[in-house]
Amino acid sequence: MTLLEVRDLHVDFHTRDGIVKAVNGVNYSVDAGETLAVLGESGSGKSVTAQAIMGILDMPPGRIPKGEILFQGEDMLTMSKEQRRKLRGAKIAMIFQDALSSLNPVLSVGYQLGEMFRVHQGLSRKEARAKSIELMDRVNIPAAKDRVRDYPHQFSGGMRQRIMIAMALALEPDLIIADEPTTALDVTVQAQVMELLADLQREFNMGLILITHDLGVVADVADKIAVMYAGRIVETAPVKELYKAPAHPYTRGLLDSIPRLDQKGRELYAIQGLPPNMSRVPEGCAFHPRCPAAQDICRSELPPLAEVGAGRGSACHFWKETLGD
Amino acid sequence: MGRYVARRLLQMIPVFIGSTLLIFCMMYVLPGDPVRALWGEQSADPAQIAALKHQLGLDLPLWHQYWNYLTGLFQGDFGTQIASQRPVADVIAQAFPVTLRLTIFAFVFTVVAGVLLGLIAGLRADKALDRVVLFFTLLLISVPSFVLGFLFQYLFAFKLGWVTPTVQDSEAWGQLLLPAIVLAGLSLAYVTRLTRTSVAENLRADYIRTAVAKGLPHRRVVGVHLLRNSLIPVVTFLGTDVGSLMAGAVVTEGIFNVQGIGNAIFEALNRREGSTVVGIVTLIVIVYLVASLIVDLLYAVLDPRIRYA
Repeated sequence: MTLLEVRDLHVDFHTRDGIVKAVNGVNYSVDAGETLAVLGESGSGKSVTAQAIMGILDMPPGRIPKGEILFQGEDMLTMSKEQRRKLRGAKIAMIFQDALSSLNPVLSVGYQLGEMFRVHQGLSRKEARAKSIELMDRVNIPAAKDRVRDYPHQFSGGMRQRIMIAMALALEPDLIIADEPTTALDVTVQAQVMELLADLQREFNMGLILITHDLGVVADVADKIAVMYAGRIVETAPVKELYKAPAHPYTRGLLDSIPRLDQKGRELYAIQGLPPNMSRVPEGCAFHPRCPAAQDICRSELPPLAEVGAGRGSACHFWKETLGD
Repeated sequence: MGRYVARRLLQMIPVFIGSTLLIFCMMYVLPGDPVRALWGEQSADPAQIAALKHQLGLDLPLWHQYWNYLTGLFQGDFGTQIASQRPVADVIAQAFPVTLRLTIFAFVFTVVAGVLLGLIAGLRADKALDRVVLFFTLLLISVPSFVLGFLFQYLFAFKLGWVTPTVQDSEAWGQLLLPAIVLAGLSLAYVTRLTRTSVAENLRADYIRTAVAKGLPHRRVVGVHLLRNSLIPVVTFLGTDVGSLMAGAVVTEGIFNVQGIGNAIFEALNRREGSTVVGIVTLIVIVYLVASLIVDLLYAVLDPRIRYA
């Protein structure tokens, strides 16, 4: 069953320099127990989409002129503020990138975890504390009972991210959105945190939207991938197929720029140029100035997301050629 | 923590000696003579003046006079006023509670109104209401307190007749309301602006976004997560503000005829009563030091990242 479906979502920001179209018609869906990885550079609209789903966009300056976000079949964009607030944390939870700045520095972690139970379930302080200790145990924080009174700055980076995860899991939500959950961590800790997240997801059969720009992380945990560029999805595919044969030059560029052991000593591939300024997105295919295979049609016509196989789509005029290479 | 408090209390000793010495020297170099002033316009017998000076110890060198004052102080003797023959301790005991009441009144008003206004403005940064608050606080900062005092006197006492223009009974809380508001004016403006900036800044913090994502009601996001973080710089300011409120009381008490230390110090200065001025100023210094110690300790309660050792 489809847990979450985003349909033709548009997000604008009204700034002093004009309207910035951060998200332009994004479609994606997640089922229960499924992991969708959303891939893209900074400014591609992947985080803004997540914030729109979560309902934590700053509006204004943000605006959602068009689109639907269906959660368990109901459009969240037409819900009242209070209805949406009750979904947040309880049904849909979010894990942020930098746990140090995302946790309140002046409140103990026990208080911040316990708040979930107190606000959503009306538990007493004492009951909430017991639940918090249970949660901290569950995400493998040693000596949870003693550490529940500690403050965020007294934990290591990995432990802090575990607390973020614990907070998101507190009410056993149906969907978790993880916005670059491991970016701020050491590589060894990254693997542990991802593993923990994947285990818990299996245990509770949750849907997971994993926002990242790290292709290495994606390969291990994701079921399907949506690659975003300049506010649009340019390719979507099951993980294995995408890694085997990308159908968009941008995806191919991303895959080629992963360092590989068997190519040690050779210069690392990099996609040339920079992501576009979102207030001046190029005409036609937004990727054409950086695309090695760009033709005239790419400069004038926006390629639609064409079906290129079972559950696969690519927004490239030349997806056949790209796939075939 | 205990060691920190002990160290801070010990630090008060040199500050105490330094401030008394400084004010003692200032009184010494001021032109005028408290003994000669007893005769007013009349001519006095120089021999008589010299004798009285000798009796009061005013003919001794400065260091000796200071020594006498200090030793007296440690025996609980604040000295005696020359003209009125009243012990300085009595003058302080009578005037200090009045000023303390006025200051506490002003302080509470500053905190409650300042934080509330700052919060309201900060939550709507750059909107119309915010600009109104910014404009009026700027006005309050620019206008000297005696202008504000006379303005309020004119408006509330003479035009509207809500209060008496001056304080008749310094013991009555109600009569101290207007002087307290005037005294609080400047601090209120600072606290409002400080809170407003802090709130507007923290509103964009990641942990506020987390609090919203947790599905907490708006009231809780603001009241628990936002306010506590935003108050940290405000508390720092309030610590030093207690001292300036007491100093500001000198002017305000003059306008509204409040019989507090402000008036006492003003009269003592006019009559060059050294021991009175030194006694009162030292007391203000001590209040200031104690207040800033309390604030520093409170600071650690508000922000767990700060530890004192």
